[in-house]
Amino acid sequence: MFTGSPSTPFNLKSREYHPPSFRQDAGIQGQGRYLSATTDRRDETERPTNVPFATHGRARPAVVAPRDTIRLNETPEGVDLGLRPAGPTVRALALAIDGGIRLLVYLALTPLAAFAGLGAGMILITGFLLEWFYPVVFEIWTGATPGKRALGLLVVHDDGTPVGLPASLIRNLLRVIDFLPLFYGAGLVCTLADRDFRRLGDLAAGTLVVHAEDRMARPAALAAHRDTAPRPPPAGLSLTAAQAILAFDERAARLSAARRIELAETLLARFPPAADGQTWPGGPAAVALVASYAHWLTRGR
Amino acid sequence: MRQQPFEADRTARWDEYRQLLDTLESRGRRRPDPAPVRFPVLYRRLCADYALARARHYSPGLIAELHALVRRGYRCLYQRRPLLLAPTLAFMAADFPRTLRRHAAAFWLAAALLFLPMAIMGVACHQDGELIHSLMDSSEVTDLEALYDPANRKVGRAAQRQADTDFQMFGYYVMNNIGIGFRTFAGGLLLGLGSVIILVFNGLAIGAAAGHLTRLGFESTFWPFVSSHAPYELTAIAISGAAGLLLGQALLAPGRRTRLAALRANARDAVVLVGGAALMLLLAAVVEAFWSAGGAPAAVKYGVGAVGWILVAGYLSLAGRGDRHGA
Repeated sequence: MFTGSPSTPFNLKSREYHPPSFRQDAGIQGQGRYLSATTDRRDETERPTNVPFATHGRARPAVVAPRDTIRLNETPEGVDLGLRPAGPTVRALALAIDGGIRLLVYLALTPLAAFAGLGAGMILITGFLLEWFYPVVFEIWTGATPGKRALGLLVVHDDGTPVGLPASLIRNLLRVIDFLPLFYGAGLVCTLADRDFRRLGDLAAGTLVVHAEDRMARPAALAAHRDTAPRPPPAGLSLTAAQAILAFDERAARLSAARRIELAETLLARFPPAADGQTWPGGPAAVALVASYAHWLTRGR
Repeated sequence: MRQQPFEADRTARWDEYRQLLDTLESRGRRRPDPAPVRFPVLYRRLCADYALARARHYSPGLIAELHALVRRGYRCLYQRRPLLLAPTLAFMAADFPRTLRRHAAAFWLAAALLFLPMAIMGVACHQDGELIHSLMDSSEVTDLEALYDPANRKVGRAAQRQADTDFQMFGYYVMNNIGIGFRTFAGGLLLGLGSVIILVFNGLAIGAAAGHLTRLGFESTFWPFVSSHAPYELTAIAISGAAGLLLGQALLAPGRRTRLAALRANARDAVVLVGGAALMLLLAAVVEAFWSAGGAPAAVKYGVGAVGWILVAGYLSLAGRGDRHGA
């Protein structure tokens, strides 16, 4: 049985059994799977779903070549949910905001010191709660501390679900270690070394700090070029090119006229040459042409 | 189907979903009223729409918008139940002692790391009056002696704290002791070393104080003061240490798992231990602030302490047994 052939589900080196359906990189990075957001879906169907386990060890299989930090998780509904982990800079800013808020609470409490015994006791207890449980309470209650909320961040389990009490406690009690040797030195190093920007507490708790990205305004596009007549795009247009046309049409309203023209010309230049040998138009005509292609792609004739 | 008819066909459903989502999110974790029975259906159909939009290569803007809607719905549908009073009681009644018994080895190791140095240092300091100076500087020793001076009105409080009320001392004990418990746990992430150092050092310090004060003849104040809350406080610190040792074990000897997987698995159990230990330390702080410094006769305080040890031992070894889901 233990032939050591690449197809055996036993990785002898790590002495672990991996069921054949086991995610190819689960042993390294939790349940996540990495794809570039810009990767076309067709690429994924070409990706081998069951990489021989001989490649499972420390080295990441070459097919998973991330170009950005998007982390995809498959939900029970069978769709890929993208999470965008937040980097150290924005998290440091959130920490600073939270520090300011805590400072304000302390200042607001100083009048209590006037009531000698009881007041001082209250200050000590509040200090204890602020020091250890301020992040826990807010993470359980609203998903993130006010500082993180202000910057559009959210604490989630690494499968994207809202963080629960055990995970939140773990990541916040271990904050003292991330704080070492001073001002989150260990946390910063760990954040920079991990591809999901997790600090030590996040690693132990299995949590991520992600950009919430909830209220994205849908580009008001598609309507912008309603007046252009639909025109079928040239034959043999790749799906990637079609997506580029649609993306251009959606973003056009937010671009300057010069930038619009530049992008439209760039797009057209990458198309296969027209059958009758005519050249692609330039200037505003290029914008109109791409818009009419987009019109055709979304609405048909 | 082209994108525009696809969108037109589903706009009404998406709008209903958006409205439900807004009310669900604005309510936080409270139970919504009326129950959003349509939500799971709408969410799953939205997931299908999102998958279709991607498979059919609709415009990136539409795909991104549906993705954001799916993500918001996913967080609403799959959130954990909030922690209520009943689960907290169940936790203390069963989960915590069971988890501790499952990690009995870590607990006994942590207890040994705390109590052995304590006992050795206690005996040594009782024999040798100079030894305590190897651990503390002379001003600390003077403070310590002042703390338990039989002339004090309130035993166990420094001279400048004699006027402090019990409640203030309660706040101080909460901050200091539970903080130590949490640090003992967190120190485990430093390959277990942090926990070991905190345990041993606390054991040495407590032992030194006990031995030195007994030698000075302050036993009539020191022992009655500490005896009542010691069962909860010392046991809880040992449990926090055990939680820290679990983290260290995951990093040093992960067994048949990766270190990260072992750390996650052990941290899940360790945080249960820390939570229980924190509640025990809270109880210890109540006893220490409102009872230990009080004027009850020494014999009564010793009795309370003895009952405390029996209660702690019985609770940790027996609570939560008998359930078939038990450990």
